[in-house]
Amino acid sequence: MQTGSPEKIFVKGNEAVAMAALEAGCHCYFGYPITPQSDIPEYLSRELPRLGGEFIQAESEIGAINMLLGASAAGVRAMTSSSGPGISLKQEGISYMAGSELPGVIVDVMRAGPGLGGIDASQADYFQATRGGGHGGYRIIVLAPASVQEMYDLTMLAFDLSDIYRMPAMVLADSVIGQMKESVTCGPRPETVLPPKNWVVRGRAAGEPQNVVKSLYLGDGEMEAFHWKMQARYQELADRECRWEEVHTADAELIVTAFGSTSRIAKTAVAMAREAGMKVGLMRPITLFPFPKKAYAALSERCKLFLDVELSTGQMIDDVRLSVARDADVAFYGRPPGAGSLPTPEELFEQIKKNYRAAA
Amino acid sequence: MKQVFTRPESLKDVSTHFCPGCHHGSVHRLVAEALDEFGIRSETIGVASVGCSVFLYGYFDVDVIEAPHGRAPAVATGAKRARPDRIVFTYQGDGDLAAIGMSEIIHAANRGEDITVIFVNNTTYGMTGGQMAPTTLPGQKTSTSPYGRDTSKDGSPFKMAELLSNLDGVAFSARVALNSPKNVLNAKKMIKTAFRYQVEKKGFSFIEALASCPTNWGMNPLDANQRVTDEMIPYFPLGVYKNTANL
Repeated sequence: MQTGSPEKIFVKGNEAVAMAALEAGCHCYFGYPITPQSDIPEYLSRELPRLGGEFIQAESEIGAINMLLGASAAGVRAMTSSSGPGISLKQEGISYMAGSELPGVIVDVMRAGPGLGGIDASQADYFQATRGGGHGGYRIIVLAPASVQEMYDLTMLAFDLSDIYRMPAMVLADSVIGQMKESVTCGPRPETVLPPKNWVVRGRAAGEPQNVVKSLYLGDGEMEAFHWKMQARYQELADRECRWEEVHTADAELIVTAFGSTSRIAKTAVAMAREAGMKVGLMRPITLFPFPKKAYAALSERCKLFLDVELSTGQMIDDVRLSVARDADVAFYGRPPGAGSLPTPEELFEQIKKNYRAAA
Repeated sequence: MKQVFTRPESLKDVSTHFCPGCHHGSVHRLVAEALDEFGIRSETIGVASVGCSVFLYGYFDVDVIEAPHGRAPAVATGAKRARPDRIVFTYQGDGDLAAIGMSEIIHAANRGEDITVIFVNNTTYGMTGGQMAPTTLPGQKTSTSPYGRDTSKDGSPFKMAELLSNLDGVAFSARVALNSPKNVLNAKKMIKTAFRYQVEKKGFSFIEALASCPTNWGMNPLDANQRVTDEMIPYFPLGVYKNTANL
């Protein structure tokens, strides 16, 4: 299913996700309509069947995530997408997929909550995404795009990481990134070396071992051994796969940190601060799990003041505080999600000035 | 000496955890015989559900996916769409299929997924200790209906074979029982027909098997068998409710 092209095109973030899925060889998509991500199922309902893939509009988010489980167990690349209320419903299936060591890509175009909330941008599902979200104690890979280009690139990466580490991978976007249009280069699928899927259910032929995809471990010590195995895998992820972006951090006396759409606004505010002669930088985590702890620790060896900015009352700040040196301060500026709460660059610039002066 | 009876190849040579007198073992055997007789074991993917049927992979010598509670038809949908060349069946109990999984079964059936669903109805939640199920009979006492199922508050038992037969997506729907040699022979025929539908790519097939649960009914196996005759079959009549291709 090659759809990659070197041409620049002008598309919505959600469409870029769908295009990346096709280029990544996603064979099955299962979804349920919910704003602000419905462009993804709409695009794939049109394009996937033409390329020989399967599109199903499921009866519910629960149906969709379990179809993803089944397709993944059968060995194909598959994806689902939703937003907060739907992602909550999918948590049961995500937990089972994590427990069954199944790959699979889940796109969460965050909207405001709790409950029905609203359709405006939010980053308040950071905890739900990075802490596992469902029952039992597990983590999934979480990637946070900040542009339409990254919606494409990180969706592609999510498929590879998910296959390599045999765990679900989530693209954690928000309605700003999902709905805005930018120019994007839809590059070809990278030639990643992937492990053979010798664990899939395929029909047990004579002489071949029986393959079982399951999460039930009743034997003495079995469940504990599973958890330690996954713990080691999470460490491997942290050692190899952390990704982040730094802007003007080399001489920074204050480092603003933010992910996703908020980091775009923060980047403008940082540029305003630089223009005003202030030594301010930006640290943007791209992988939220694994969280780039070592990168924060390294930055905090020199810079002792961080300003965490989120479209929530503060969730990622816990990870930032756990990562920086003990003598580094982490200030916070956040706005709970909802209509009208997206901060302006000027607003963030004011926060930068306030914290910068206080430190001086 | 000529061997006249043996274990089907699709079943492993192990003893099961099922209680004495439970009909799960009989249903397992009949499904395994059908897989053997069509020669499709090496193409088959089973989908286990939650409850007494969860250990499907321990008894069937086929590849198995273990589904979350009630979600087997959605998991089977994903597997079949990913691998349309495989034979995919689910094996579910009454709580799994007709309570928590009602949405998944109705919609998989309505889409006409090319899968086979084996539904074991024993009017109770077996694994969790005999609670009221969506198929618990009116007046039946269980650990969560200690005064008997009150249909004015709990509703009436679902008749799944009839209910599903009303959907255009369903190609074959039948109810069978395992409580007599005659019924077992007929169940074998029906289960084989259900798989024939999938082998011949003729659409969604559904088998409801009335089964005993002596442990949770508080009966010995013979009395439990008799209860299937006296109480279950009158409420859940045996028969073929849909057979679109006349197989």
